Amino acid sequence: MTPKLRRVLTRVQKPARYTGGEYNQIVKDKAAVDLRMAFCFPDTYEIGMSNLGLQILYGTINAEPGMWCERCFAPWGDMEEELRREGIPLYALESGDPLTAFDAIGFSLGYEMAYTSVLNMLDLAGLPVRSADRTALTPLVFAGGTSCVNPEPMADFMDLFVLGEGEELDVELLRLLRKAKGENWTKDEFLRRVMDIPGVYVPRFYTPVYNDNGTLSRVDREPCTPETVRKRVVEDLDTAFFPTKCVVPSTEIVHDRVVLEVMRGCIRGCRFCQAGFVYRPVRRHSTDFLLEKAKAALLNSGYEEITLSSLSTSDFKGLPELADGLLDWCEPRKISLSLPSLRADNFSMALMERVQKVRKTGLTFAPEAGSQRLRDVINKNVTEEDVLHSCRVAFEGGWNTLKLYFMLGLPTETDEDVVAIARLAEKVLHTWREYASNKSRGVKITVSTSMFVPKPHTPFEWEAQVTVEEYLRRVKLLRESIHSRSIVYNWHEPHVSLIEAALSRGDRRMGAVLEEVWKTGGRLDSWSDYFSMDRWLAAFQTCGLDPAFYALRERGEDELFPWDVIDVGVRKSYLARERREAYAGRVTPDCRVKCMGCGASSLLERRACDE
Amino acid sequence: MSRLLFKKTGRAVFISHLDLMRTMQRVFLRAGLPIRHTEGFNPHPYMNFALPLSVGTESVCELMDFELTKSFDPAALPALLNEVSPEGIEAAAVYESPRKFKDIKWLDIEARLFYDKRTWMGEALRDFYAAPEVVIEKKTKRSTARVDVKPLIAALEISDEAENVTLLRARLAAQDPALSPAQLLSALTQLAPELAPDDAAFRRIEVYDKDMVLFR
Ligand code: SF4
Repeated sequence: MTPKLRRVLTRVQKPARYTGGEYNQIVKDKAAVDLRMAFCFPDTYEIGMSNLGLQILYGTINAEPGMWCERCFAPWGDMEEELRREGIPLYALESGDPLTAFDAIGFSLGYEMAYTSVLNMLDLAGLPVRSADRTALTPLVFAGGTSCVNPEPMADFMDLFVLGEGEELDVELLRLLRKAKGENWTKDEFLRRVMDIPGVYVPRFYTPVYNDNGTLSRVDREPCTPETVRKRVVEDLDTAFFPTKCVVPSTEIVHDRVVLEVMRGCIRGCRFCQAGFVYRPVRRHSTDFLLEKAKAALLNSGYEEITLSSLSTSDFKGLPELADGLLDWCEPRKISLSLPSLRADNFSMALMERVQKVRKTGLTFAPEAGSQRLRDVINKNVTEEDVLHSCRVAFEGGWNTLKLYFMLGLPTETDEDVVAIARLAEKVLHTWREYASNKSRGVKITVSTSMFVPKPHTPFEWEAQVTVEEYLRRVKLLRESIHSRSIVYNWHEPHVSLIEAALSRGDRRMGAVLEEVWKTGGRLDSWSDYFSMDRWLAAFQTCGLDPAFYALRERGEDELFPWDVIDVGVRKSYLARERREAYAGRVTPDCRVKCMGCGASSLLERRACDE
Repeated sequence: MSRLLFKKTGRAVFISHLDLMRTMQRVFLRAGLPIRHTEGFNPHPYMNFALPLSVGTESVCELMDFELTKSFDPAALPALLNEVSPEGIEAAAVYESPRKFKDIKWLDIEARLFYDKRTWMGEALRDFYAAPEVVIEKKTKRSTARVDVKPLIAALEISDEAENVTLLRARLAAQDPALSPAQLLSALTQLAPELAPDDAAFRRIEVYDKDMVLFR
């Protein structure tokens, strides 16, 4: 650490997030390494270090001989100020070397509100933010992650995108980059040849053309490009890299525990859920594999908590055996097991009681909509009975705080649907009165609502978002419908959701908006400390664009979408069918009851979905 | 209770006290030697640090008392711990001690003062601290008190290490009341700003009891 950096660190908040040196970090001999990658997470250390994808790809790339992958996070405002004032370029934690010393800079883009931080990090590194202005082959700047299923808003800034799961793809990319470096290819030469790797999208070779009304007319592309880029998936999870030697932060992070990924994809098909469609098909780890890896991860980290992770852990077939096996091992060691994303419908009392013995954490259910009609529209296959039954089990088991999550502004939502949220919460309260094992401590039921954001590659990708005013009117209606003091109502700020909606279905012109927001001070926009609606609106205006066009406009059935170039496996025609089913109020069975032929199974060569 | 003597240097100096407790607990767990927890409704680990260390300060004389859930060989423990410690945390010795942390009275420190534009500051600093009284304002939670720091300094040596780096080696009161290295320098900021450095780095060297006998 240089004296200059040490001095800076004595002046900033929580300096331990900028030092590196954590247990299990990987340090390699620079002389023995011929490819260096900086894994960049465009949010704080606390958020980024909690990201499972980071731990997986960090381990995967570092397992490659000759490659060294380091970490870099977005600095908080005070640190950024110090870095800029002292002229210290943004550096990677392990070596402390500036990002410009790296061959590859890979950003993890999980959510749209992090985009401005990507630009800021490139700038802090002393790199031009636009791909076209970075003429050298290295550092190659690329991105992957969930929100890259619509890469267009970030297309001006990235040299390329990697679509889907990175375990194999990232390594193939970096191997080719190493070859290119060794053979002195130009950047153009590399970008043309890298397209031979499935899952790589190089936006500079695709030129969008727009209609007078602002919609996309066509995409002109160079002959060397594929028409669509198909996402990559790992076919056999048990043979892919599984992190058991995670970097253990020396300062508190958001998820300070072992995160055990039990499966990928989700059988359910909730129509609003982007993850549910873009992570298809379902693949799982075997229970024995997980038990062994869980023990190793706990022993190697010293964590005292482990959590099972997936989109819907209740649907993991081996859950009872896994939970029992884990608890048998964890209980005597005073390690607690947490089971988030359990569904309300098959909540197991025995399991909950065992979990509770080690530690009782708050319970969360997400019915998403208050009425059965609307839950059918969104294909959230959970009934009021299911919810109340789970609550009963929880209250009998001694729980007395419960959180219920809902969305406002879902397609077809009426005032009756909004009021139904209040009614459901009251029924939950009633259930507590009837069944609570210990009423003396009282009960607290928290109802939270957020504004629905229509996302690409979901059946609602054509939908209009409700306006901020309409959302607030529904919030008011709901607030006035809740009468009990045991029910607390929180609603999320809608402005961020409006911008998120505009970005998530944005086209390439959104790049100008992002650059303008960043230039006028935007960064860390997922933090209310930093987000400024005025700044975003001003930037849209400067660029001659309207967020309403992107967020509030219902798309025509045949409209060409900016993200149609990305093939996530599920066909657009299937999404359209699901949308029609939604409007008809018909539910679609889950993948285990009946395969509806969404298209995702074609991503697998050697096996069927959910095997 | 067993006692651990350890160092906290390099990148680890920025680990806060609260985070250090969590970190140490994990180090012991990784070594396969869990720290014992108290019984009761809100169990917490049996571990106790002698003198909480400020973020940014190095130390080669940190002491931590602990109790494990199983018996162990104290001589073998440092190596086991060092195998699984983050960079900059280094166990030096593990032993049993009857002495109580409250008997610590003095602390040897080094402070390196960095001057960006001024040079050879040693002599001026020596003159400043040679005054019969050095009264500073010390902020407590509720009020500010005026305190003469001289009785809290048992020894002070000042020398120029380089033209713009001056080294202070001091023996300061460790507790009840304490004079921290930062407070030693706050005398400069308060009374002679022209001598105050642009940057300073602190290091704890050793701890002593009231009779100036090494505390272990
Ligand atoms: S192909 Fe069938 S089983 Fe596979 S994800 Fe699609 S609907 Fe589900």
